Amino acid sequence: MTGPAAPAAPLLTVDDLHVSFTKGHATVQAVAGVSFTLSEGETLGLVGESGCGKSTTGRAIICVDKPTSGKILFGDTELTTLNRSELRTLRTQVQMIFQDPVSSLNPRRRVSDIVAEPLNIWKIGTKSERRDTANAMLDSVGIDPLVSGSRRPQEFSGGQCQRISIARALVLHPRLLVCDEIVSALDVSVQAQILNLLEDLKAAHNLTLLFIAHDLAVVKNVSDRVAVMYLGRLCEIAPSDILYSAPAHHYTEALLSSAVEPDPEATRTPVILGGEPPSPINPPSGCRFRTRCPRAEPRCAEEVPELRTIAPDHQVACHFPIGSS
Amino acid sequence: MTPLLEVDDLHVSFATPRGAVRAVQGVSLSLEQGTTLGIVGESGSGKTVLSRAIMGLLPRHSATQTGSVRYQGNEILNAPNDELRQLWGTHIAMVFQDPMTSLNPVLRIGRQITETLRIHLDLTKSEAKETALSLLMQVGIPSPVERFNAYPGQLSGGMRQRVMIAIALACAPNLLMADEPTTGLDVTVQAQILDLLSTLQHERQMAMILVTHDLGVVATRADEIIVMYAGNVVERAPTNVLFTQMSMPYTEALLGSMPRISYPSHTRLLSIDGRPPDLLSPPAGCPFAPRCPYAQGKCHREKPTLVEGAVPGHSYACWFPLPIREKAATS
Repeated sequence: MTGPAAPAAPLLTVDDLHVSFTKGHATVQAVAGVSFTLSEGETLGLVGESGCGKSTTGRAIICVDKPTSGKILFGDTELTTLNRSELRTLRTQVQMIFQDPVSSLNPRRRVSDIVAEPLNIWKIGTKSERRDTANAMLDSVGIDPLVSGSRRPQEFSGGQCQRISIARALVLHPRLLVCDEIVSALDVSVQAQILNLLEDLKAAHNLTLLFIAHDLAVVKNVSDRVAVMYLGRLCEIAPSDILYSAPAHHYTEALLSSAVEPDPEATRTPVILGGEPPSPINPPSGCRFRTRCPRAEPRCAEEVPELRTIAPDHQVACHFPIGSS
Repeated sequence: MTPLLEVDDLHVSFATPRGAVRAVQGVSLSLEQGTTLGIVGESGSGKTVLSRAIMGLLPRHSATQTGSVRYQGNEILNAPNDELRQLWGTHIAMVFQDPMTSLNPVLRIGRQITETLRIHLDLTKSEAKETALSLLMQVGIPSPVERFNAYPGQLSGGMRQRVMIAIALACAPNLLMADEPTTGLDVTVQAQILDLLSTLQHERQMAMILVTHDLGVVATRADEIIVMYAGNVVERAPTNVLFTQMSMPYTEALLGSMPRISYPSHTRLLSIDGRPPDLLSPPAGCPFAPRCPYAQGKCHREKPTLVEGAVPGHSYACWFPLPIREKAATS
């Protein structure tokens, strides 16, 4: 398996991304200044609780939600300024897989047609070549195209539908795949199948993944690096093994202590967070986590902590990170 | 002494146009006062149907229930509704999975808590309000006086689940059934709710049945765990025994397929191919045999029954149980 990637030119650079939605007179800052890079062949996990802006970040990267400000560079292409036809071309290289596999597939179409559609749109190869490519793709995700190709999505289980979604996303050989909670609706045994499949496909197709999920253990399993989000901002980014063994942000520590492990001997260090995240309509001043942070000091209310490097590959946005006295 | 709850050879089937779906196929269990039983299984394993059958919440016209469910020695399976109503709330209470839909959206939460109190305990309006406020306090709701007059839509998911717990505990039941009480909640809120349930259970010496798909939820919180697969109990053991000396290949597979924070990243997960059998026509042999890596001819022909293991309280349904492994080998 690949370790933290060598410092080549990143495939994806997100710089000071802001995404806001207006609802009546209120403005929700779903993403408020997120920056990170993603190297070719790397998997970056994006983890956080509901409402932290992780999905919006993913959707902004594939240009479904329009950024309010900030830059998204894919290779050398600035994505935020693309017009419609340029965006269409871009989407052959950047694909997304969604949470609900059943509703993201058209129920009235045959599975082999669903997977072949991207090829048809771009008129890649002859008709029979397209069918062969689609069938080979279905085969590689573990769906037998001869038996199941002519069936429709409702004849499949959730796990199988997710396999079909993956096949559809990969059929054009994209370079970047954004996975938004792709296993959270699946049973654990099926979840394991999909996670293993994703690892195999990533190696086979040299994919770069942005893996968005709320489950800390799932994220750790697939990611080379992990970024933690809270209320629209990044708290911490680090290689996964480091982030989970030596978190520097108090929110990361609290998240980890709340996670349940299937091990009766697991020692729980109770850093139970009180309360719930505040509303993103009116976020706290300074550090957004300060209202729930066990170590908050007056400075946290006045000054927004910027993401800074505390160790190679390890960045944290906290004035008083864990481990620095 | 009779156990608080005894379930004996419970079968539940639902009539559907395609035939009878045998959702629960002969489940037996017992529960003592003050203990926690975890029921674990994937979707479709029958865990929720089992918990609802114990509560007597299944629709009579479509669900056929046979066997026995005894609460404090009294048979309550298929008991008439007015008898069950004496039990619900005051003796057995339930917290459901979805706090968004289990509360009435057009009634203030105070009214929803006091309703139970006034009907079951015959309290006056002001007594009920006082009790409700103290309950809201106990379940950790900030500024209970204001929340008392709030509508469910004004509360977050975690707060609503706290309200559900307050309603369930209002009449001090002996047995609390919690069906996936934290599914759909964020991890930090999940930890808060699970800790709250444990604390309240110990304070009140309540028995609890914790139904979940997540072995992690019950690992540190249940005294005993039942693993269900396709309507059957396939293994049952005290929690520590289950995690260290599992005998049933399904339990091993379930545990091995869970990613863990303690594993290094990119750890290959154990995956079980295929999916659970169709409950309309369950296989003749062991329900797990088609997916089991150790299955032999006998497994496909004959259905194993629960047999006692070496450790007291441990039983499993498997013809070829896993050898008891050393604890060191698992960690």
